[in-house]
Amino acid sequence: MPRFLKEFFNRNGTGMGLAILGLVIFWTIGLIILPQLSMLDFSFRPNLPPPEIGGPKDVYTLENYKYLIYGPEGGSQDYNAVDLRVFFRTLVAAVCVTIFNLILCYPIAYYLGQSKGSHIRIFAIMLIIPYWINEILRAFALRIIFGETGVLNTLFVGLGVFDTPFDFIRNDIALYAGLGYAYILLMIFPMYNVIESLDGNQIEAARDLGAPWWRIHWRVVIPYAKPGISSGCTMVFMLSAGALAAPQILGGPSSLWFTQLIYQQFNDNNDWPQGAAYAIVLLVTCILFVLAVMRLFKVNMGDIGK
Amino acid sequence: MSAGVGVDLENLWIRFGDFVAVRDANVNINGGDFFSFLGPSGCGKTTILRAVSGFLDPSEGKVLIGGNDMRGIGPNKRPTALIFQNLALFPLMKVWENITFSMEIKGASAKERRKRADELLDMIALPGQGDKLPSELSGGQRQRVAIARALCAEPDVLLLDEPLSALDLKLRQHMRTELREIQQRVGITFIYITHDQGEALTMSDNIAVMRAGVIDQIADGKTIYNDPNTAFAASFVGENNVFRGKIKQVMGNEAMIATNRSGDLVARISTANQGKLKEGDDAMMFIRPEAFAIAPDGATGDHFVTARVNHEEFEGNVFNIFTEGEGGKEIKVSIPNHGQSFQDHTGQNITLEYEAQNAVLVPAGELAAE
Ligand SMILES: Nc1ncnc2c1ncn2[C@@H]1O[C@H](COP(=O)(O)OP(=O)(O)OP(=O)(O)O)[C@@H](O)[C@H]1O
Ligand SMILES: [Mg+2]
Repeated sequence: MPRFLKEFFNRNGTGMGLAILGLVIFWTIGLIILPQLSMLDFSFRPNLPPPEIGGPKDVYTLENYKYLIYGPEGGSQDYNAVDLRVFFRTLVAAVCVTIFNLILCYPIAYYLGQSKGSHIRIFAIMLIIPYWINEILRAFALRIIFGETGVLNTLFVGLGVFDTPFDFIRNDIALYAGLGYAYILLMIFPMYNVIESLDGNQIEAARDLGAPWWRIHWRVVIPYAKPGISSGCTMVFMLSAGALAAPQILGGPSSLWFTQLIYQQFNDNNDWPQGAAYAIVLLVTCILFVLAVMRLFKVNMGDIGK
Repeated sequence: MSAGVGVDLENLWIRFGDFVAVRDANVNINGGDFFSFLGPSGCGKTTILRAVSGFLDPSEGKVLIGGNDMRGIGPNKRPTALIFQNLALFPLMKVWENITFSMEIKGASAKERRKRADELLDMIALPGQGDKLPSELSGGQRQRVAIARALCAEPDVLLLDEPLSALDLKLRQHMRTELREIQQRVGITFIYITHDQGEALTMSDNIAVMRAGVIDQIADGKTIYNDPNTAFAASFVGENNVFRGKIKQVMGNEAMIATNRSGDLVARISTANQGKLKEGDDAMMFIRPEAFAIAPDGATGDHFVTARVNHEEFEGNVFNIFTEGEGGKEIKVSIPNHGQSFQDHTGQNITLEYEAQNAVLVPAGELAAE
C-alpha cells in the first residue's frame, strides 16, 4: 500500500477510510469517466431507432464527425459551412471573452491582493454575493439592462446619446457582457491568490530602482502571477466555450453558439450520436488549444492547479 | 573622503493617524559618510528611511538630498537606492538580470547589461554566478547580490535597512567589514539602519541614536560610547552600569551625586549637559564595566563603591564580576585578563574604584530595555 494511503487510513480509521475512498472512486469513475466514455462511444455510432440498436446496422462509423465537416450527404454545399462557422466563431468569441475578462480582472485582482485593510473583505463579498443568484436569472437581468426598452437604452435615449434604441442583443454586446460577467470570479480568484502572496517589497524595490508602474507589472507582478493568470484564463475559456444559458438567453437571433447546436442535436433532432460527436470535437479542440497556448507562454501543467 | 551627496532632514515629523513615528528629526549627513540610525525595534528607523527613499511623505518638515528638497519627487526619481530588510530580490529573474534591472529600465542592451553584471559580480566576489536564480544562492551571497543591484543603479545615496539581520553571527561580522570596504571604494553616502550597536560602532562615521521616534544624539561612535547625552543613549549603546541619585554639588565639569546605595560619588557631567545639570536635579551616573578596577579593601571616598559579589564568570579575555546593585540590577565589572592569578570573590564584599573621568552624569531618564 502506498504511504499516502496508509496515512489516510490511519487518520480516518479503516471503515471511514474505505467509505470515503469508495465514494471518491464511484464519483470519479461512475459519474465522470463512464458517462464521458459512453458519449465517446455514442459519437462513433449511427443514429438508429431503438429496435435496431445492437443489430447489424449498429457498427462503428465516422459519419457523425464527417457531418460536421461535409454536411449532409448529397447536400448542396461541399462543406458544412453553417456549423463550421458557428464552431470557429464560438472559439474566437471564447478567446475574446477570456482576453476581455483578463484585462478587466487583473487590476481588480491586483488591487485586492496588494492593498491592506478590512475594506478588501467587503469588496470581495460584493463580488461574490451576486453569484448566489441563479445563472438564468442573472442572464435575464442582463436582458433587462440591455433590452430595447431596457435600462441602458432608456438612459442613452433620454440623454440624447442615441436617437433610437441601440440593439445590444442583435449586436452580441449583451452576450459578451453576459459571458464576461458570468466567469469574473473564476478569473479574479486564482490571480488574487497568487498576487496576494507577492512580497510588496519587490514592487517597492522595482519602483526604487526607477521602474515606471507598467514595467513593474510587466517584469515583476505578471511573471509572478502567471500561474494564477493561466489558471483563470483556462477556466474562463473552457467555460465560455461550453456555456449554454448565456447564449440562449442573451444571444441575438442570428448568432448561434456551438453549444446550442449540440443542444439541438440532442434535444430537437433527438440525434444523440451526432450531438455527442459535436461535443467531443468541442472538448478536444478546447483542450488542444489550451495546451498550445500554455506551451507558447511556457506554463507548466502543475501551475494550473494553483 | 570624496565629496558625495549629503542628506539633510529638517524638522521632520511623520505621523500615522495620531501616532507620531518620527518627532522633529534634524539630521545633517555629510556626502560620502557612512551614517547609521541606531535604535531599538519600533523606534521609527525604517520610517525615516522610507521618507528618504520617497515611499512616505513627511507630515511636516523636509528631506533634502544634495541640498534639493525632495517633496513631490517619487522613489523612482530619487538618487537613492534602498536595500530592503528582506532584500526583495526578484525570484524569477536570474542574478544578472536582478543586478542590472535599473539598466533595463533605462533601455540598455542585453550585452551592456551582461558586461556590467559581470563587473559587479567580480566586485562582490561572486564571479560567474550570474546565471543562477536568487533561490540558488546562500544568504550571504543573496545579500551581496542585493548590494550589487542597488549599486548598479549608481545612486548618490545607498539606504540599507538592517540588511545583515537575517545572517548568522560569523557572516554578519564578515559582511560588516565588506560593507565598509565597498562604501570606501565607491565613495557614496551610506545610510544604514540597525538595532545592533556593535554594527553601528564598527562601521559608521556618525551615528544617530533613536528612541521612540526621537533622535537622542548624533555623533561619532567614540563620542556616543564615551560621552552620551541621555540615559537612553548611555544604556543602549554598549554595556553600562547605572547609579541613580540627586546632584549634590557641581564642580566645573564634574559633579557630586548623592546615590541611593553607594553614598556620594563624583563623575564627569556629559558634554551636552554641562551647565544644564544643576544641584538638586535627579541624575544618573553611568560607569562602563571596564572602567572599574578592584581596590584594596576598606578604601573609601567619592570614587569607591563597595558591593557583595553574586557570581563571577571567566570569558577568556576578561573576568566578569557581577555584584549586587540597585533595584535587583547587578553591577557588572570586567577585569582584563593579563594572565594574573585571579581570586574568586563570590559571596565576599569588594571595593571597586573608578576614575571620575570615566563616569558620566546625565539627567535621569528612560533606560533602554535589556
Ligand atoms: N504604515 C504604518 N501605519 C501605522 N503605524 C506604522 C506604520 N508604519 C510604521 N508604523 C509604526 O511606527 C513605528 C516605527 O516603525 P518602524 O517600522 O519605523 O520601526 P523600526 O525602527 O524600523 O523597527 P524594526 O527595528 O523593528 O524594524 C512603529 O511603532 C510602527 O508600529
Ligand atoms: Mg525596520
